[in-house]
Amino acid sequence: MPLTNQQIIERLTEKFGQDIFDIHEPYGLLTFTITKDLNLKVLRFLYDEPDLGFTFLTDLCAVHYPDNVGKELAVVYHLHNLVENIRVRFKVFAGTEQPDVFTATGIFESANWQERETYDFYGVNFVGHPNLKRILNVDEMDYFPLRKEFPLEDQTRTDKDDEMFGRGNLIGLN
Amino acid sequence: MERPVRFNTNVKQVEAPASFMGDGFMATSFDKVIGLARQNSLWPLPFATSCCGIEFMATMASHYDLSRFGAERLGFSPRQCDLLMVMGTIAKKMGPILRQVYLQMAEPRWVMAVGACASSGGIFDTYSVLQGIDQVIPVDVYVPGCPPRPEAIIDGFIQIQSLVGSESLRRRNGERYKALMDSYAIQ
Amino acid sequence: MSLPEYHVKLPDGSIEKQTTTLNLGPTHPATHGVFQNILELDGERIVSAEQTVGYIHRAFEKIAERRPLYQITPLTDRLNYCSSPINNMGWHTTCEKLMGIKMPKRVDYLRVIIMELARISDHLICNSVVGVDTGAFTGFLYVMQYRELIYEIYEEICGSRLTTNIGRIGGFERNFNDIAFRKIEKFLVEYPKVLKEFENLFSRNRIFMERTQGIGGIDGQRALNYGFTGPNLRAAGIDYDVRVHKPYSSYEDFDFTIPVGKTGDCYDRFLVRNQEMYQSLKIIEQAYRKVQEFKGTDADVFHADAPEYYLPAKEDVYTKMEALIYHFKIVMGETNIPAGEVYHSVEGGNGELGFYLITDGGRSPYRLHFRRPCFIYYQAYSELTKGSMLSDAIITMSSLNLIAGEMDG
Repeated sequence: MPLTNQQIIERLTEKFGQDIFDIHEPYGLLTFTITKDLNLKVLRFLYDEPDLGFTFLTDLCAVHYPDNVGKELAVVYHLHNLVENIRVRFKVFAGTEQPDVFTATGIFESANWQERETYDFYGVNFVGHPNLKRILNVDEMDYFPLRKEFPLEDQTRTDKDDEMFGRGNLIGLN
Repeated sequence: MERPVRFNTNVKQVEAPASFMGDGFMATSFDKVIGLARQNSLWPLPFATSCCGIEFMATMASHYDLSRFGAERLGFSPRQCDLLMVMGTIAKKMGPILRQVYLQMAEPRWVMAVGACASSGGIFDTYSVLQGIDQVIPVDVYVPGCPPRPEAIIDGFIQIQSLVGSESLRRRNGERYKALMDSYAIQ
Repeated sequence: MSLPEYHVKLPDGSIEKQTTTLNLGPTHPATHGVFQNILELDGERIVSAEQTVGYIHRAFEKIAERRPLYQITPLTDRLNYCSSPINNMGWHTTCEKLMGIKMPKRVDYLRVIIMELARISDHLICNSVVGVDTGAFTGFLYVMQYRELIYEIYEEICGSRLTTNIGRIGGFERNFNDIAFRKIEKFLVEYPKVLKEFENLFSRNRIFMERTQGIGGIDGQRALNYGFTGPNLRAAGIDYDVRVHKPYSSYEDFDFTIPVGKTGDCYDRFLVRNQEMYQSLKIIEQAYRKVQEFKGTDADVFHADAPEYYLPAKEDVYTKMEALIYHFKIVMGETNIPAGEVYHSVEGGNGELGFYLITDGGRSPYRLHFRRPCFIYYQAYSELTKGSMLSDAIITMSSLNLIAGEMDG
């Protein structure tokens, strides 16, 4: 019998109960949120259980919600069960003061660089990562560029006129 | 002399420079002869980073052959090359490496910035992209386009050739050149 | 992967007393792309390798937060620039999934033709460059001529050769004209012989086989754990192809097989890519025939009926009122882009290219993340090259088809 979203969520709630919340299915993809400390347990559960078998980590990224005070950074995992051909997505939230999340490199080797990229862009500290340093940006960079408060352009450049792009401060269109 | 080919008969021959000819000798100035020799045998260093690099591969291939212009031998060692063709986006992480490669080249050296990203940062006006390679090294010819068509790259190459052919032998020792190098902090 | 140490002391019985550190630096010969490998060598054998990427990081994800959805297509071009139409179509299908636009069949089939042509052009570059790295330059020169033919087909449709920005959210910008169809026919007639000849140069060539067999192999389960997708995973024995698992753009209407290898070494990858090119030709033939079956007014359909998202034709904008209003709304960003999150993936030249899009109702995304296959499988490079010789490491790198634009993004 093919695996359905309903079965997955039943198995998860019987194991984890109240720690799983905010369950919805945007565009048919089961999405839920769990508390920060349980991410490894849920990953292990989804990986090891023979009827769940989510053995492929498709994607690992982060999103910054500056308005959710205390829970600004969301780390999003996309998992895929190749045999049953079903995907699942879950999120964990962490605040910017202490953005510690357990690393998934013990379970999935592909999480290694993806977590480094997430650290590089958002500053999420993955506890237990073997080599957590910047990967795409220059090593000397001291801020986390993809957070919403930082601008896209290099503010020290002199050859581009921001006024022409509607971004200057003279007119105030911004 | 009649060429023993059937199709490719419309070939442009390089003209001899203005000279005083006699019986068994030809006297011209050094500038012209050396310029002629250099321009038709440039050894380019393709510094291909991204999409423009693929258009360069298409230029080197048989359809738009770049070796017609004397650039048959591509070198990858800066010490042996005359022309640095920078093709593709140069990020700030790559800037010091580009500078190192330029510093290793021996005089006379020329630089061609191929593509919008190498000329001015292109569509990537971001914190991580160098807005044009002329922030770190002096450039002779800019080829615009994203990516430039192979014909445009060849046009840029022909412009480099005319720069090479008409360059004075004393240029690299003069004051203006020294001031240019100082503005880039190159000894 | 622990922190690297340089000049590691080697055990007794090794060729040298400590390792030599070699920097296979960002500037490569043979235009592969900019990524760095610091290798620890014992004589000629590689003991360990450490990779550095990011030399062409262009911050696509941050740029995307600034632009309206239809302006992000030129950014997706520059991800895997050898097969940019696939990236473009992936982005368009993601947006159509978000907005709930249903595509007419003819548009789907035209998209399939373009995507499979792009796949052929990507695999051609990879395979001919593997040939160049083993020392055979002729194959590269010979097939580049047919890549030029593919470029001419793109030019007829969208005007540009390499970074195509082909199609729009909701279809194509104009119908394919007769010249484009003639060129596609010419390609279908001439190319199979060329591919056969290219294959004959390499597949049973003693030197090529000795240089690529047994090099850089990986076990299927290990490859899955590393997040491999695409021809590299299929060469390791696992038949995961997004076109079959989750068909998009009417791929379920086509009949094709997925070639699978055994050991995952460089030779298997070469063969898998060659076979995929034959399968792509088969798909293009089927799609071409299906497109020719549309007659009359059906043959003029080149976009979906979605006036909210697809720009109306210019002559309508200047004459009809609603077209003018829709044009204004789309350009100024007043259309109702639904707020939500969607993950959609397509089978790119290197594997599963995914787009994770979160919108908040405004005209630009709140967050756009690209799941880039090259970035994910390059991590395995140190494991693939452990114990092999330096020249084998070069062949492994080129057979993985690493495109720097996609890796750093």
